[in-house]
Amino acid sequence: MTLLDIRDLAVTYRTGGGELPAVRGVDLTVEAGQTVGIAGESGCGKSTLAGAVLRLLPATATVTGEVLLEDQDVLAMSWGKLRAVRWSEASIVFQGALHGLNPVQRIGRQIAEPILVHEPGTGAKAAARRATDLLEQVGVPAWRTGSYPHELSGGQRQRVMIAMALACNPQLVIADEPTTALDVMVQAQVLALLRDLVRDRRVGLLLISHDLSVLADACDRVAVMYAGRIVEHGPGGRLFDSAAHPYARALAAAFPVVGDRMSRLAPHGLPGDPPDPRELPSGCPFRPRCPEAVPLCAAEDVRLRPAGLDREAACVHVGVPA
Amino acid sequence: MTDVLAVRDLHVGFGGTRRAPLIRAVDGVSLAIGEGEIVALAGESGCGKTTLARSMLGLERPWKGTVEYAGRPLDYRGSGLKGFRRHVQLVLQDPTGALNPRRAVYEAVAEGLRIHRVPGDERELVARALSRAGLRPAERFFARYPHELSGGQRQRVVIAGALVLDPSVIVADEPVSSLDASVRGEILALLLSLRDDLGLSVLVVTHDLGLAWNIADRLAVMYLGRIVESGPTEIVLGAPHHPYTEALLSVLPGRRPIVLRGEAPDPSRMPRGCRFHQRCPALADGRAKAAGVSGGCVSATLPVLAATEDHVAACLLHPVGLIPQQRTPGP
Repeated sequence: MTLLDIRDLAVTYRTGGGELPAVRGVDLTVEAGQTVGIAGESGCGKSTLAGAVLRLLPATATVTGEVLLEDQDVLAMSWGKLRAVRWSEASIVFQGALHGLNPVQRIGRQIAEPILVHEPGTGAKAAARRATDLLEQVGVPAWRTGSYPHELSGGQRQRVMIAMALACNPQLVIADEPTTALDVMVQAQVLALLRDLVRDRRVGLLLISHDLSVLADACDRVAVMYAGRIVEHGPGGRLFDSAAHPYARALAAAFPVVGDRMSRLAPHGLPGDPPDPRELPSGCPFRPRCPEAVPLCAAEDVRLRPAGLDREAACVHVGVPA
Repeated sequence: MTDVLAVRDLHVGFGGTRRAPLIRAVDGVSLAIGEGEIVALAGESGCGKTTLARSMLGLERPWKGTVEYAGRPLDYRGSGLKGFRRHVQLVLQDPTGALNPRRAVYEAVAEGLRIHRVPGDERELVARALSRAGLRPAERFFARYPHELSGGQRQRVVIAGALVLDPSVIVADEPVSSLDASVRGEILALLLSLRDDLGLSVLVVTHDLGLAWNIADRLAVMYLGRIVESGPTEIVLGAPHHPYTEALLSVLPGRRPIVLRGEAPDPSRMPRGCRFHQRCPALADGRAKAAGVSGGCVSATLPVLAATEDHVAACLLHPVGLIPQQRTPGP
């Protein structure tokens, strides 16, 4: 059984300026014990996708498609059932750990709260003990359980967020930019922690980031999103080293490999901005910025097609003999 | 190479009163930026890199040491600072926060000209700065407001605001860390071309070694108030001497990570000996012991690294470039 199976998911926001399609037909699966990455820039729909999995989107969002969590469709669940699924089957670690924590409550209490709510048989003492255990598992000393968020460093706060997400033993953890505001060394510590969790608890991890180089390293599979769709997906390392889609290539080149002579004193950017989702260009949405665009690109709205072993990309150049 | 901006044995601190302990944010740093040179200053949060950059802009006053511009020590009187700031301009991390949302692009860029009463045709100067920053045709941007621009365009407006005064040095504090991946390369390429075309010197403060690899001629790595290693970027990143630089490099994607435990100590309580010794992998795995320096690591006070273009590291395992110890009095 697939842990998370997203099928043809589409999300449209109603805004003052008309309909805004944020996610436009995404298929994605996450197996237990697997780490799947989603890469993309602001506005590509990656956070909307994460929110849709647990129905955390605002009321202005219309969601279609299917989100199967252990074969049950999250989108069709009753509110009571959905409440039970959140935390205990799937949980989210948001970016910006300072804002995700309650500033006037001790962190031990905050971690214990979902346990008390979702497992009514658990007493306050047992929940507090589990909160302390969780803190130690994520590498925060047990005596910190009585601390307030402002007394912790950024890295420790992010660890508390992860401990909280694990409180009810979920099968699936979604981490939305979990390391973005952190220092490189602390980022390495948090990523190592997540890697251990996937290995030891066999959770499925959906890791969202704008940094393709981090995802390539940390994930079994990576999907690159642009303008609400997946434009390429495949095994993390190979996608980073030899992306098939021009956008994925540009994203990979944006993060230089230290020691690579090609990027020394030669930063690679990508001119232009992503399209307004309300006014997508005809054909391929990446066409106006694409260095390899040909006339066919304006006519054909390319969908994902095979791009080698275990890989797919949505580009007219893919699968065509050069 | 002629040094445009330099600091000598700089010490900058905060607190030190009965209520607040003295935080030695910059605790003995010598660093020089040559004409047309891009220097990256790298380190983790709290290492003092932003305080050092602020001191080099005259925004913090050192309690010991000097900041020198074009060979002359900085004059901290109002008029002296004002003249200095025309030549040394700041570009901040978050362009959205740096721009007033209620002022159009033209006003934002022209502000510096008015403060410094720069003679000449204001429209022409603003247009030239905008097009140098890559916003072309400049006139089309005059009446735009920050919210109508993308993140990359906003950062270009901030850079134009700095360029309009025709500075010789730009200090950029994490200039791309709040920007999207594809824009990042564009802004870095802009900094590089400003150096090539205008001969600007740039000090980039960053936690990202990839950025240093992308644009910096020279790299200085800071830890707990001191520069622990510096030299030409290729050499420092290709064959680092200091175990801290080694560790920072190792956690980049695709390498075998040496993950340091915990976080840097509190700069109000500097450790004895080498300030990195509590987290040092070379001390922990016995390399320092094998080299016979482990005793020094925990007790000897390391001297300040000299401001030089050569590769130097403040580590007893590589005692190249350490200059003789000078006694430093308290504040």
